[in-house]
Amino acid sequence: MADAQTTETMTTILAQYVGLEGPLLPILHAVQAEFGFIPGDVVQMIADHLNITRAEVHGVITFYHDFRNAPAGKHIVKICRAEACQAVGANALSERAFEKLGVDWHGTTANGAVTLEPVYCLGLCACGPAAMVDGKVVGRVDHAKLDKILAEAGA
Amino acid sequence: MKIYVPLDSAALSLGANDVADAIVAHAKDNNLDVTVIRNGTRGMIWLEPLVEIETDQGRVGYGAVEASDVPALLDGTLDSLGLVEDLPWMKGQTRLTFQRCGVIDPLDLADYEAHGGLAGLRNAIAMTPAGIVEDVTASGLRGRGGAGFPTGIKWNTVLGAKADQKYIVCNADEGDSGTFADRMIMEGDPFTLIEGMIIAGLAVEATKGYVYLRSEYPDAIDMMEKAVVLARGAGILGADVLGSGRAFDMEIRVGAGAYVCGEETSLLNSLEGKRGVVRAKPPLPALEGFLGKPTVVNNVISLATVPVVLEKSAQHYADFGLGRSKGTIPIQIAGNVKFGGLYETAFGMPLGELVDTVAGGTLSGAPVKAVQVGGPLGAYMPRDKFDTPFGYEEFDGQGGLIGHAGLVVFDDATNMLGMARFAMEFCAVESCGKCTPCRIGAVRGVETIDRIGKGDADAIPLLEDLCETMKDGSLCALGGFTPYPVLSALHNFPDDFATQKEAAE
Repeated sequence: MADAQTTETMTTILAQYVGLEGPLLPILHAVQAEFGFIPGDVVQMIADHLNITRAEVHGVITFYHDFRNAPAGKHIVKICRAEACQAVGANALSERAFEKLGVDWHGTTANGAVTLEPVYCLGLCACGPAAMVDGKVVGRVDHAKLDKILAEAGA
Repeated sequence: MKIYVPLDSAALSLGANDVADAIVAHAKDNNLDVTVIRNGTRGMIWLEPLVEIETDQGRVGYGAVEASDVPALLDGTLDSLGLVEDLPWMKGQTRLTFQRCGVIDPLDLADYEAHGGLAGLRNAIAMTPAGIVEDVTASGLRGRGGAGFPTGIKWNTVLGAKADQKYIVCNADEGDSGTFADRMIMEGDPFTLIEGMIIAGLAVEATKGYVYLRSEYPDAIDMMEKAVVLARGAGILGADVLGSGRAFDMEIRVGAGAYVCGEETSLLNSLEGKRGVVRAKPPLPALEGFLGKPTVVNNVISLATVPVVLEKSAQHYADFGLGRSKGTIPIQIAGNVKFGGLYETAFGMPLGELVDTVAGGTLSGAPVKAVQVGGPLGAYMPRDKFDTPFGYEEFDGQGGLIGHAGLVVFDDATNMLGMARFAMEFCAVESCGKCTPCRIGAVRGVETIDRIGKGDADAIPLLEDLCETMKDGSLCALGGFTPYPVLSALHNFPDDFATQKEAAE
């Protein structure tokens, strides 16, 4: 059962999406924007609200890469793995990030500062390798730029 | 002094906001009369941030500008590129869909109209739905998302379907590596897409539209949401579109990081709030689409091209191009290239000219080894296929596809076995799981390529066989087209597969 605070927040969120056709994704995005992840105890509330089963909501949450079931690190660094970025050194860049952070894809550094995620294309294919730091795009990320990003994120 | 600083995310990723801030600060400190206008990108990404200063002769370009260049920029001592319109990259193009991108302030409706915006919609309002469909059919416009299905024929099916509600769904889930045309137009000229969707609505008698926009594009989401609010405020969207008595409104919906949702049926499921699992066809989305209602699902560029077709006439558009590939195609040049960006031109330019001349060869200076055309599901084209003209049928004839018209160039340091493996790995990560050839095949594909990499020659026919099964047995293009990059790598670059074998022996 969700606590009173969570219930109240959820009631506010759910009220914003009444009348939408296909409201589940907008709701899940709003929940994640609020909590930083999709807390397990809100799944039943969403299911009740939409008159679908808890399994259906769970199925949707787990289908999409964006939704997480636990909080991420303080900063999320996404590095593009797609072909255009590979053509200009994305693989070496990822390797350096692994080494610097001591984590693999989807890992969070021991101090909780950085979560490293792969992303398949940010549409910055003519100025790769590309990365995204907390929703902000960064182009032509060489090793020095990566080191700076990670240092600023407190990794 | 009017100064243009792009706000396209490619420009932002290279420091455009810092440059804009520095211009404002320096102008203030020195009492200069400067107006900064944030435009989209012209598409010359290697010059970003490309700053333009308006002069009596036209707009003079400076690039790539850094914040530290700003004092020199404002006192006139920074080297310029000359008039932007006269740069070879701009002069060589035929800009129809992207005519305003990079030119105007994306959210200035008056600027939009002054540059031809809304003319297509006004013409459409004066026409019957069937008349609009006829024009779009006559223009020869085909789906720019990759499948190349004639847009007018799709619209005609939806127009003919009887229902209490029909929908226009814009597929803005541009997940293909090497493509960014959708993002560029949504960030640089969002009203064009809105106008195209309204015209589609008038043509098929749909009153509601959705843009399904990928979450990896936060700047485009922000821009589209602002543009929709402005269009609604100006009476372009709403119960009475430009006083026509006809209704059309739309919403922006954000995806959640699933590549497969670029496939139209899985997109529709996602829009409905379900897992983005592919639906079997038939029924066609044109008859049973969003919430089971007749739905036009079109790519951003297809819809954004409709206004210019209605503005300048179907014949004007159809006069460009080659064979059954009519009109222009915004080609996105990416990867290891000297000049990367968006180049809109009539269909028919040979691949080699695009790579060697327009793109200027590789950034690294090493020879070009392969060009992947059409995203992660497109074939790797070797140099001996560089005379292939850019067209749907022409690429199909060479065992490839043009897809969403992205070119990713690789130099000779690239290991094609590695690229083939990546294609299978990507398919395994992104498979929706509905059909076995894709779900299991992609995983087995990675394992089989690893066997080849370790020197097991017997695994090569196995890989070919697996690819045949995936091609024939998959429900959608993800499983069905992953064999394109894999087999093209294997067949066009056998050395990368053989060398590994010999090395192991």
